[in-house]
Amino acid sequence: MAAKTLIIDGKQVSAENHTTILQAATDNGIAIPTLCHLEGVYDVGACRLCIVEVKGTAKLLPACTTRIYEGMEVTTDSERLRKYRRMTLELLFAERNHICAVCVANGHCELQALAYGLGMDHVRYDYCNPAWAVDASHRFMGMDHNRCILCTRCVRVCWHIEGAGTKNVAGRGTKSRIISDLNEPWGDSTTCTSCGKCVLACPTGALFHKGDTAGESVRDRSKLGFIVNAREKQQWTV
Amino acid sequence: MDRIKVATVWLGGCAGCHMSFLDLDEFLIDLAGRIELVYSPIADVKEYPEGVDLCLIEGAVCNEDNLELLHKVRARTKVLVSFGDCAVTCNVTSLRNYLGAANVDQILQRAYIEAADTNPVKPGLEGIVPRLLPKVRPVHDVVPVEHFLPGCPPSAPRIKAFFSNLLDHTPALSGAQLKFG
Ligand code: SF4
Ligand code: SF4
Ligand code: SF4
Ligand code: FES
Repeated sequence: MAAKTLIIDGKQVSAENHTTILQAATDNGIAIPTLCHLEGVYDVGACRLCIVEVKGTAKLLPACTTRIYEGMEVTTDSERLRKYRRMTLELLFAERNHICAVCVANGHCELQALAYGLGMDHVRYDYCNPAWAVDASHRFMGMDHNRCILCTRCVRVCWHIEGAGTKNVAGRGTKSRIISDLNEPWGDSTTCTSCGKCVLACPTGALFHKGDTAGESVRDRSKLGFIVNAREKQQWTV
Repeated sequence: MDRIKVATVWLGGCAGCHMSFLDLDEFLIDLAGRIELVYSPIADVKEYPEGVDLCLIEGAVCNEDNLELLHKVRARTKVLVSFGDCAVTCNVTSLRNYLGAANVDQILQRAYIEAADTNPVKPGLEGIVPRLLPKVRPVHDVVPVEHFLPGCPPSAPRIKAFFSNLLDHTPALSGAQLKFG
């Protein structure tokens, strides 16, 4: 396979053709903050946390969906990038209702971890305080729309790892939301296999196992990547 | 060296942040040598004084008293610290905001009428119980705030780190020192 050489943060690296900037950076030990990216499923560029600067382009590009090219010069960390990443995070916090103190993901939440990492000690935007419900109709799992950041990780694992196609996105703009089947209570879904992959994939407290305490909601997301790897490469041992 | 004049105020919060402050244990003794506590719910001072150097503010801005005190605090204090999640994000106190325009009536109805075992009556005596604001607001939405110390409550080690940094003139917290919830 053809390889390309590029520069990431001043470091000369090479990566296979068609690799994304995120993949090339990760393979070379350069960490880029991500939120909607999940090992095991394709990327959609939903969260914009992974934005990077590419020389010759005024726009900031998402590292998870931008392919590398020969001679590309990428900057993954700068004042400007940190400013926009923090803004994006603050908007995510302001959009729905994130009350960490009473959230089941408190302490194991990727959104929180990114906020700490970027020094977000408060939100400068007005909180929207929208009225969202909790769908507790499923026997084992629940969905709290107040905590959802619409990363669609649940949708992608449900369709492309489990193959059930239960989870979907409905609505537009701030009314966008995750639904089950054709917008039915999750517990009434005829397609859901109750596999729990969506809960495993969710970076926040939006999807949870009923009865789990915050201490029990630690998730080993590498299981998802493991399943995909085992299936595609027939590698069942690590 | 003059001790810095420190105040703490308690707006719409559960007092947990103040409890956490008291959890500083023996560091309180070190602190006592370097600060002078000029106003606080744990000190018997009636009026918020002039010329305060630093004020820790616990709680969100929920009622008219909170609003009045906060403006006074801002006018009389050099450095304000939003102390704890309620001050920084509104936290649990903001739960009523989702109910929309009629939230004040709804929550008073629920708490004082529907949930009352005996003598159901809403607190409405003018000038005695402060009226609730139509929307709960974080402190920095009302007045400018210099520093933020989130956490529900901020743990004693984090409060200690904040004060230690502050006394060394670098009060901002980052990374591992940040914590919501
Ligand atoms: S989902 Fe994460 S950021 Fe949101 S309330 Fe829960 S712990 Fe906090
Ligand atoms: S439990 Fe499995 S099948 Fe059901 S919605 Fe979640 S991922 Fe889809
Ligand atoms: S429920 Fe969780 S995984 Fe699904 S879109 Fe919302 S935050 Fe992402
Ligand atoms: S991780 Fe790239 S846009 Fe979300």
